[in-house]
Amino acid sequence: MKVTRRQFVKGGVTAFTVSFAAPAFLSDIARAQGASRRTLVVLYLNGGNDALSTLIPYGDSFYYSRRPSVAVPAANVLQVGTDASGKVLGLHPRLTGLRQIFDQGALALIQRTGYPNSSRSHFLGTDIWSTANPANSTGTGWLGRYLDALPDPVDPLVGWSTVRELPHSLEGKKVSVPAIPSIAGYAFQSPNTGTEATYSRPTMAAIASHVPVDRPHVAFVNGTSQSALATLDRVASVGTYTGTVAYANNGLAQALKAVAGAIARGIGTKVFWVQLGGFDTHATQNTNAANAGYANLMGTIGDSLLTFHNDMRNQGLLQDTLVLQFSEFGRRISENGSQGTDHGAAGVMMAMGGGVRGGLYGTAANLNPNNVDGSLENSGGDVRYETDFRSVYARVLDSWLGANSIPILGGDFRKSTLNFL
Amino acid sequence: MTLVSEWPLLDHVLRRAGFGATPVERDYYARKKYSEIVDELVDFDPLSTDIDHLIGTPGHVGVTARNGFMPNTVVNDARQRWLFRMVHSPAPLQEKMALFWHHHFATAYSKIAGTFGATEATRMMAAKSSEDTAGVRGQIELFRQFALGNFRDLLVEVAKDPAMIVWLDGRTNVKAQPQENFGRELMELFTFGIGNYVEADVYAAARVFTGWNLAQLGTSNTPTAYYAFNYRSAQHDTAAKTFTFAIYPDGSKTIPARAAAAGMQDGLDLIQALATHPETARRLARRLWTWFVSEVDAPDAAWVERLAGTYLANGTHMRPVLRELLLSTQFRNPKRHHQRYAWPVEFVVRSLKEVGHVGFSVNDALTPLLNMGQQLLEPPDVNGWSLGPAWFSTGGMLARMNFAATLAANQRFELRNGSRPHGATPQALVNFAIAQLSMPDVPAPVYNALLDYVRAGGTWTGSETQLLNKTGGVFHLLAGSGEYQFV
Repeated sequence: MKVTRRQFVKGGVTAFTVSFAAPAFLSDIARAQGASRRTLVVLYLNGGNDALSTLIPYGDSFYYSRRPSVAVPAANVLQVGTDASGKVLGLHPRLTGLRQIFDQGALALIQRTGYPNSSRSHFLGTDIWSTANPANSTGTGWLGRYLDALPDPVDPLVGWSTVRELPHSLEGKKVSVPAIPSIAGYAFQSPNTGTEATYSRPTMAAIASHVPVDRPHVAFVNGTSQSALATLDRVASVGTYTGTVAYANNGLAQALKAVAGAIARGIGTKVFWVQLGGFDTHATQNTNAANAGYANLMGTIGDSLLTFHNDMRNQGLLQDTLVLQFSEFGRRISENGSQGTDHGAAGVMMAMGGGVRGGLYGTAANLNPNNVDGSLENSGGDVRYETDFRSVYARVLDSWLGANSIPILGGDFRKSTLNFL
Repeated sequence: MTLVSEWPLLDHVLRRAGFGATPVERDYYARKKYSEIVDELVDFDPLSTDIDHLIGTPGHVGVTARNGFMPNTVVNDARQRWLFRMVHSPAPLQEKMALFWHHHFATAYSKIAGTFGATEATRMMAAKSSEDTAGVRGQIELFRQFALGNFRDLLVEVAKDPAMIVWLDGRTNVKAQPQENFGRELMELFTFGIGNYVEADVYAAARVFTGWNLAQLGTSNTPTAYYAFNYRSAQHDTAAKTFTFAIYPDGSKTIPARAAAAGMQDGLDLIQALATHPETARRLARRLWTWFVSEVDAPDAAWVERLAGTYLANGTHMRPVLRELLLSTQFRNPKRHHQRYAWPVEFVVRSLKEVGHVGFSVNDALTPLLNMGQQLLEPPDVNGWSLGPAWFSTGGMLARMNFAATLAANQRFELRNGSRPHGATPQALVNFAIAQLSMPDVPAPVYNALLDYVRAGGTWTGSETQLLNKTGGVFHLLAGSGEYQFV
């Protein structure tokens, strides 16, 4: 799956090595590149989020007839108003945190995002969203290309993945984004103690600084080691961060706490990646459960994002922070025989932060299986996309990160009406 | 006898077809010719490779028992048992291929535990039938049994495997509402791969496997209770299923309508078609290239065709394919040595074999493995782990360095004892470590950095204290170096 980095390994050692600067200069670089102070936090919902259970078209009778056990009763949704096509919508009842942010005008909900001929495969779908290229999804990631376009030398902490595996979206040709799932675990050990122990780290750094030009794959791993050793101390400085609000003890909240710490301590990271799994809800989706399944996922998202939002706001950092949420696809409109939903097409994206123009963007589908208004595909089985996800990316790149979206996305996907930033 | 000039090839095949070698194992294999080594690696009898009785005996890597060692019912004990087997198996290729199939049919314990609880999930994943109260055979045991067996038969077993049925929601695949999960992954991931089928084939495949379910047998709430495959004919869709590719040798694309009682044949027909499809043969060959030959060089097209042909000519049996692979010049080519990014499990097991393992418990490798990005029995999703460079996040690399530090500290007395004959000069000490770790040629800058390290803190005299500190230190630095992250 990771053809990108492998391809790069074959041809890119020279480019790779210049991306590393001597550790002494790193904080200067970080400061220089962090001048705008704006950060992007990408939230990926792994497994294909059931958009129709996140932003609920509770006025559509087909939503109820096609989802007898999965649908959320109209009385329970958190109403957020009417979209441009006049359809009433509501958030999942456990998204009380997001509702607060929505009411503050800092949350944009972008309906029916996707692309033509949506893939129902997790892997192909994720690769397409990662590369922003439905035609050939084996290249670099869209955020990797953004980071690659930053002026050299690029600080090794310019990106920060809070999950163990580097997401495809962050894979670039020359920038190697560190994966830091645990700040405490991000430390260097020696087998010895006392003075003897202090000799190990500089030796390991010297070994890692070797670039064997005839073996680019070894050079790549050495580059990773170098990057790790060069970032240890700054990452450790985030470990003591407590925040102005208490973060819950779950993976997403703790990841957002690390992000908040890195932002508050000003260590220069521009792009963060956080992730929540469990969205491949083929069976027993438990949309309406008190304390299980999809309902818990929504509770985790709503509560964690509210904590993060308030923490940023309390420190005056909200204006510089943008959270962008996506998933690889939405799910089938009709529930299956397992009280769950299968892989579908268009989904819902969210953008959240002090700079966001909040509200409902796009229009909800008409869920009549006869596809009365063209908003469905797959013989009325799935929601058809209305807004190309690359238009959302373009807005983030152009209007938030100050980049030029056209070369990064390989085309002009700008859409003037999609003015959430 | 392996010629001295072929020692690098010996190390290569033991790293790839196994997990590396202890000095004793290396001496054993060095007494044989290469073709004999390949025969021995390939021609094991899966019924006579059981070494579990050695767990907890002297001379072997340790395990940690909490309330008794229960690898059939406690998942971390199952992980320990598998690591033990990887370190000590007399048939390392069996464990290597079991790991390959675990990645290929990636099934995660946690989803099963969420459905049936921790004990049942461990049984479904890892129970050894001879030790299970009801004779349950866990999925990993299936992979060990079929390590070099018939792939078509393995697919049938996988389709009926309780862990797989839970993992890909076969329990809810019923004729009124077919569940696509297994049918899709059977084609996308297990056999010929994306591009060889269309969405309509996924729906048809789902219907093929309607009724392939589980039943609880034995007496519930007693040790005799267990879950087993159960074909529920009443839930099977009996109508014909038409695909866009040939199902039968005559080119027919339609599985005929059948009586419900005979409906299981639908699945066997589809599996037969997929297992014998030329694109499945090629895809398996490409995956074997990546696993055994190189991740740096793209698969050699002629090599792929040849192995795919061997697979098809031998009725989808894997053993002839593996023999041909290990004997091929593409595999033996010295330029492909150290050209595959070591999986965390490979790195850990090789370290245990080459650095040492006396008094070390594999339990202490479980958390480091998690930090390196690989928890056995818990692949991240149905696509398995992301391989190659994707293992090498900064955090994952730190975890490797730190495991090397932990192990070197744990083995420091053994390492000092081993280094005494090599303590005359810093060069001798470094050379000793390089040889024992089956390192590729160490570049001069790296070598010199190691010499500087040995000299740091005082003039080298080869004293016991220096040997104690520096031998462990050098093993740590080498095992944590970029060069050592390749097999």
